[in-house]
Amino acid sequence: MTTEANDDVMIQASGLTHYYGPQPAIEDVNFKVKRGEILGFLGPNGAGKTTTMRIITGFMPPSQGKVTLGGYDVVEQSLQARRKVGYLPETVPLYTEMAVASYLRYMGTLRGMEPKRIKQRISEVIDVCRLGDYHKTIIGKLSKGFRQRVGIAQAILHEPEVLVMDEPTIGIDPIQVVETRKLIQDLGKQQTVVLSSHILPEVSMICERVLIIHQGRIVAEDTPDNLAQRLQGVDQLQVEVGGPPAEVLPALKRVKGVTEVTHRRQQNREIYSVKVQQGQDLRDEISRAVISNGWSLLNLQQVGMSLEDIFLRLTTQEELG
Amino acid sequence: MRTAQAVAWKEIQVYFGNPMAYIVGLIFLAVTGFFFVLDLGDPFPEASLSNFYQGATIILILLAPALTMRLLAEEQKLGTIELLLTSPVRDWEVIIGKYLASLVFLLSMIMLTLYYPLLLFIFADPDPGPIYSGYLGLILYGSAALSIGILTSTLTSNQIVAFVVSAGVLLLLFFANTGAGVVGGFWATLVNEVGMNSHFGDFSRGVIDTKHIFYFLSVTAFFLFLSIRALESRRWR
Ligand SMILES: Nc1ncnc2c1ncn2[C@@H]1O[C@H](COP(=O)(O)OP(=O)(O)OP(=O)(O)O)[C@@H](O)[C@H]1O
Ligand SMILES: [Mg+2]
Repeated sequence: MTTEANDDVMIQASGLTHYYGPQPAIEDVNFKVKRGEILGFLGPNGAGKTTTMRIITGFMPPSQGKVTLGGYDVVEQSLQARRKVGYLPETVPLYTEMAVASYLRYMGTLRGMEPKRIKQRISEVIDVCRLGDYHKTIIGKLSKGFRQRVGIAQAILHEPEVLVMDEPTIGIDPIQVVETRKLIQDLGKQQTVVLSSHILPEVSMICERVLIIHQGRIVAEDTPDNLAQRLQGVDQLQVEVGGPPAEVLPALKRVKGVTEVTHRRQQNREIYSVKVQQGQDLRDEISRAVISNGWSLLNLQQVGMSLEDIFLRLTTQEELG
Repeated sequence: MRTAQAVAWKEIQVYFGNPMAYIVGLIFLAVTGFFFVLDLGDPFPEASLSNFYQGATIILILLAPALTMRLLAEEQKLGTIELLLTSPVRDWEVIIGKYLASLVFLLSMIMLTLYYPLLLFIFADPDPGPIYSGYLGLILYGSAALSIGILTSTLTSNQIVAFVVSAGVLLLLFFANTGAGVVGGFWATLVNEVGMNSHFGDFSRGVIDTKHIFYFLSVTAFFLFLSIRALESRRWR
């Protein structure tokens, strides 16, 4: 703990590997999170996001590697490290027989807060998480979205230095999603936030830095802007054409600026995915090419990059250049 | 310590708001009441509670595990343990808090039976010694039984498993002394010393021996210690 960067680095994970069985769920995961930074973990199901978060929060030790939180090792100095954390687990486990306010009071006591401060903070978080009408409701009777809000409320109750949120916006309605994202951004001004998601726009909206994790390994790490730029190297169009695929396919490929065309048949419709060079709008050229051949253009739309495409790109980076 | 208190208080509220706990309480009252009537119906009424104590200890073999099975198994099943163990809470505070809550419920259950000796005092002339010492023994025995239940509840997320295993262990420990005759010699002495029933007997006869008090307190401490270690082991690599 002597490096000069120590003041700045809130979370440092080095060489994290975790085995549940013979296959590692995560392997050699390394990252740093600065104080006041919002870091997003992006990855598909089973990528290892939850596993990583459970290790950071000290719920379980990694099979190999170590994590320090504000300079405290989460395994060796677990208690000190845990004092700094607020955690929203993925499944939002709550005591279903308790009322919202008494649950929050209990969690506050467990975090070692003074009764007076608990009382004050409960009314604040109930306000922030819009739980006002429900503070006396038994948690078991709340809808999923409201339970999620209770989960967020308990995570921020003690104003932790580090906030770890596993898919914080899942299951809540669109309006609340917007508010929650804003809330996380506000919190991120003072607190260090680590969140996970499989929604790319969400991560790029909230986070200052994104880690893309895939099959237990970090495959990319960048700011959302840089990531988006790299990814927008390729645009994609989806075209439906009434015509013989054997002829349509080469015709589309001949259009200048098109890099790749794939064809699939979906419910008797001939669909083509057309990848075009960055920043080019080829809708005009493509529709001309189709019509000039006497085929009918049934549909033409731009599609954003799906997460799968991103992973394909990232796992075959040499092609990206 | 404040945290242990908070854990205990939360669990006490769950006990007193839970129909299951009341069913356990009712069964306890019904069974002990039955044995109390046996005490009264004795052909040579001695105005004592020896049947009541025997009945209470036997039924607690089932009821103590029923009270404790939920305490940690449910946290593991529902995943609430994830938030509990990532809070700055020491493992012993969790275990001691849960244990204290179950002890409070057990004590209130035992307190409800106080009207049996009260009846004796009103309508007969009992020897008060065995009554006081019997209650002390019952509490010490109950506390040991609860600590065994806490351990099994810590080891599994399945409440039924927690119940069955701790009831089994308790049954073995309780009746260990009946096996003493079979083995004989050194082993007989050992089994007798480990068995709970042989330590309880003196209490119901009005003898308060520090050896027996020490025995029950050690059993309680031992199983609580194991529970704390079991909970801690989640933090080991
Ligand atoms: N308790 C467990 N026991 C065994 N294997 C597990 C356990 N938890 C996770 N895994 C495995 O570890 C891998 C990573 O899982 P993890 O839950 O970390 O993924 P995730 O990125 O959070 O996925 P999701 O987006 O679905 O939440 C998966 O292959 C999963 O099957
Ligand atoms: Mg997950």
